[in-house]
Amino acid sequence: MAPIMKVAVIQFPGSNCDTDCQAALLSFPGVEAEIVWHKETSLAGYDAVVLPGGFSYGDYLRCGSIARFSPIMGAVRAAADAGVLVLGICNGFQILCEAGLLPGTLLRNNGLLFRCEHLHLRVENTDTPFTSVLHKGQVLDIPIAHGEGNYFADPETLAQIEANGQVLVRYCDASGNVTPEANPNGSLGNIAGICSHGRNVFGLMPHPERVCDPLLGGSEGRGIFQSMIEAVAQAKAK
Amino acid sequence: MKAVVTVMPKPAILDPAGVAAGRAMEHLGLKGVRSVRIGKSIEIEVDGADEKQLHEIAHDLLSNPVVEDYKLEILS
Repeated sequence: MAPIMKVAVIQFPGSNCDTDCQAALLSFPGVEAEIVWHKETSLAGYDAVVLPGGFSYGDYLRCGSIARFSPIMGAVRAAADAGVLVLGICNGFQILCEAGLLPGTLLRNNGLLFRCEHLHLRVENTDTPFTSVLHKGQVLDIPIAHGEGNYFADPETLAQIEANGQVLVRYCDASGNVTPEANPNGSLGNIAGICSHGRNVFGLMPHPERVCDPLLGGSEGRGIFQSMIEAVAQAKAK
Repeated sequence: MKAVVTVMPKPAILDPAGVAAGRAMEHLGLKGVRSVRIGKSIEIEVDGADEKQLHEIAHDLLSNPVVEDYKLEILS
């Protein structure tokens, strides 16, 4: 039987969450997930693409700045333009911003520290292929692990993404209050993840793939992948 | 051809590493520190490139125009 969703997990030199992403995806029935080396140039046949976390090219120059020129990125851009779901996690988010597939960029954390901890995210918009099974205002417990996650965009861009509902998750406290104290890195508006204007490209700094199994710290990351599966299944049913 | 590309955070961007270094300078007794900004200097030696190509490389790869400005100097 054909899979419900076939996912390409892109592996760059220095990716280190690739197999975690693959394992998280494979825990869903009907999902196929394959590691695709960054020197490949085609993503034909895949329903979704994941750019995993890690330190592509050692974070040299700027995080994601060299990976964005990898051969596979032409196919990622073409897939994004064609409406294929593209999810960038942590370093994957940084790569999507460097590539211009998402607006803004990720700066050094304002406290200069690498932050590795569980924290809370508030779901801001559920009318997207990445958040449809979640509830607006729902609080998710998902870990971060980054040194450069301080989301920045110029005021005009920021106003646009806010007005378009492109902010999908914000850092918040356990009760869902978006406060300066809940902001781990200085991100404008406590932004933890944004999607593209077309809604099919989503980047976030937290790691949903690390909370997809109760034995490994929780399962609150599953909703994002479940939403993707439902979006792909619905698109195929049409 | 030898060139140097200097990449600096845009004036409006907070540079926390620069702020931290500035505080350390004050701690060492330097008075009146008004601003410290940390950027990168990239030295390039290349055969057969023209200035236009180097500007493209500096803009697309060496700097992120969202938050950084670059300056290209051709040394020889």
